[in-house]
Amino acid sequence: MAIPLPWWLTVAAALFAIGLYGVLSRRNAIGVLLGIELMLNAANINLVAFWRYITPQALTGQVFAIFVIGIAAAEAAAGLAIIISAYRRRRTVVVDELDTMRW
Amino acid sequence: MIIEHAVQIFAFVILTLMTLGGGLAVVTSRNLFHAALFLILSLAGAMGYYVLLDAGFLAVVQLLIYIGAISILILFSIMLTRGLMMPGQVQRNEQWWIAALVVFLTFVVLVVTMWQTVWPIADTEALRAPNIAIAQLGAALVGPYAIPFEVISALLLVALVGAIVLAREEGNQPARADAETGE
Amino acid sequence: MEALIDWLVTTFPPLSEGLARFIVYVLYSAILAFVAPVIIVVAYTYMERKVLARIQDRIGPNRAGPLGIFQGFADAIKMLTKEDVTPVCADRVVFNLAPILATIAAILVFAVLPVAPGVIGADLQAGILYVVAVGALSEVAALMAGWSSRNKFALLGAYRAVAQLIAYEIPIVLAILVVVMVAGSMQMSAIVAAQDVPFVLVLPVAFLIFLVASIAEIGRSPFDLLEAESEIVAGFHTEYSGMKFAFFFIGEYMHLFASAGIATTLFLGGWRGPFAGPDSWLGVLLGFIYFVIKTTAVIWVMMWVRGTLFRIRIDHLLDFAWKFLVPLGLILVVTVAVALKLPVIGTSGLRWVALLVANVVTALLMMLSVSILARRSRSAALREVAGVE
Repeated sequence: MAIPLPWWLTVAAALFAIGLYGVLSRRNAIGVLLGIELMLNAANINLVAFWRYITPQALTGQVFAIFVIGIAAAEAAAGLAIIISAYRRRRTVVVDELDTMRW
Repeated sequence: MIIEHAVQIFAFVILTLMTLGGGLAVVTSRNLFHAALFLILSLAGAMGYYVLLDAGFLAVVQLLIYIGAISILILFSIMLTRGLMMPGQVQRNEQWWIAALVVFLTFVVLVVTMWQTVWPIADTEALRAPNIAIAQLGAALVGPYAIPFEVISALLLVALVGAIVLAREEGNQPARADAETGE
Repeated sequence: MEALIDWLVTTFPPLSEGLARFIVYVLYSAILAFVAPVIIVVAYTYMERKVLARIQDRIGPNRAGPLGIFQGFADAIKMLTKEDVTPVCADRVVFNLAPILATIAAILVFAVLPVAPGVIGADLQAGILYVVAVGALSEVAALMAGWSSRNKFALLGAYRAVAQLIAYEIPIVLAILVVVMVAGSMQMSAIVAAQDVPFVLVLPVAFLIFLVASIAEIGRSPFDLLEAESEIVAGFHTEYSGMKFAFFFIGEYMHLFASAGIATTLFLGGWRGPFAGPDSWLGVLLGFIYFVIKTTAVIWVMMWVRGTLFRIRIDHLLDFAWKFLVPLGLILVVTVAVALKLPVIGTSGLRWVALLVANVVTALLMMLSVSILARRSRSAALREVAGVE
């Protein structure tokens, strides 16, 4: 293993930070969702890196990465359905403008 | 051994450029469709990481679910809501600089913590042979991890039904109600 | 492949094993990426035109060379010399990337295709899952092409393509799942090794699901809705011309061959046949020939279907996937799983019989229920037409 563990963690942290920036700064709800995907991926890289370097004989790291991917799929499906539904009613997906609880 | 290490480091650098560069483009690109395509690039980089970390099965799953399903879904919904993605639209809100500041601080804190912690790295003997067969992974999913696995299945089912209910067009029900349940 | 590496190392002593391996795999990938597309496209376009012509009672290409066998080369030259048009409003980078991605997606499948005994690019543990995953890239390519062209027909074509590809991916995965359950592995070489009896004989329903869904997956008639000329010009590649169109075209034929190759590997025993084996050069060559023959047979069936059936409507297409193929696949997965776990399955012969029975029973039950449902909906429709009373 040529690359020490902290480098993996740094890359994952950078990806997480980028995703967080996307979530915080995007006006478009789909853009926010893209940021969330990046953050989930960063978490996944961490899980796999920990598995590889700390407990390579156990399965936990990979199994949890699979769970994270499954959750990401569910989240994307539900989130995009909400966005499309909101777009149909309000003709906008800008999060600042979606400020009414009930329409 | 030296060559192997060099190749690994080279691959790591390339993949990092892909992942982080793609990621940066995702959050800064003005054109949302481009942002989603850069997301695919970034996810492909992460997939390469998994290969480098000897998690081949995860890499395939990443390709299948992230690139094959989630990205397609996102591209699709961008196209469905495309009134808002014409070029020239401002894509970031007024708080972007606060966000950048907070994010930078988070990153610094994370990195400092990471480099100061002493990680309980497994001994070199264990590091060498992590060859996990898919069959083992499958057995684990229905063995010790059966309950989380079933919860994920239920979650996916709920998300599936929920997405259909939410995205379903209300009001003008077509004459054949079943014609539109295709997706 | 391993034998070739050994041979290289023993014949050229300065070569280390790692270097020999590197050379062999680079050569193999070069063949897959540069030589195979040309041969496949030229050979199978010629075959397709001839077969379709025969079905339609014509002669087909007969001008270039004896029997017109150089027609493919003539087409290629025509394609290369055409003007390369990019629409003014198009999103240039994405527009140019899409055809490349479409071709790459098709070529990537070949990496895990066992074309002859021991000859396989990468014998991944998750081999067949990789095939499914790579198939997703062609959806991305279709979306990119359709969106970046700034053309309503292209966009509609892309929508259709993706809806269709996603819908038919599920039956394909279910059919593959059946095979994986029976073979007990996702590794391509293990799947081939498990087929003492070709799976088409014991899992005919799975094979049919796979075949139909593959035809839809590669967008051939009668499922060529994504490029229905009478409705949406040429679908997502409406705006493409010259070399870029050629890339889509190459991608399409590579995909055709890859799908047929996967069907061969999963259901027809891959390279297996009399005297084929990894031990001698002759065995390897024979295995390769068997593989090509079987794949060509599958492709021929696809062409036959294309020449026989007419294009179906988009809602029928989605209905067919979601309401017929997916339930059938799900039921088949369950019945095959039950059949595999039956207590009487001691000997392998009984096992095959049990699987066959499970398949046939599933097919019969499905046919029965579909015909009952169809009759009911037909009579409901008739009542509607005749008025409520």
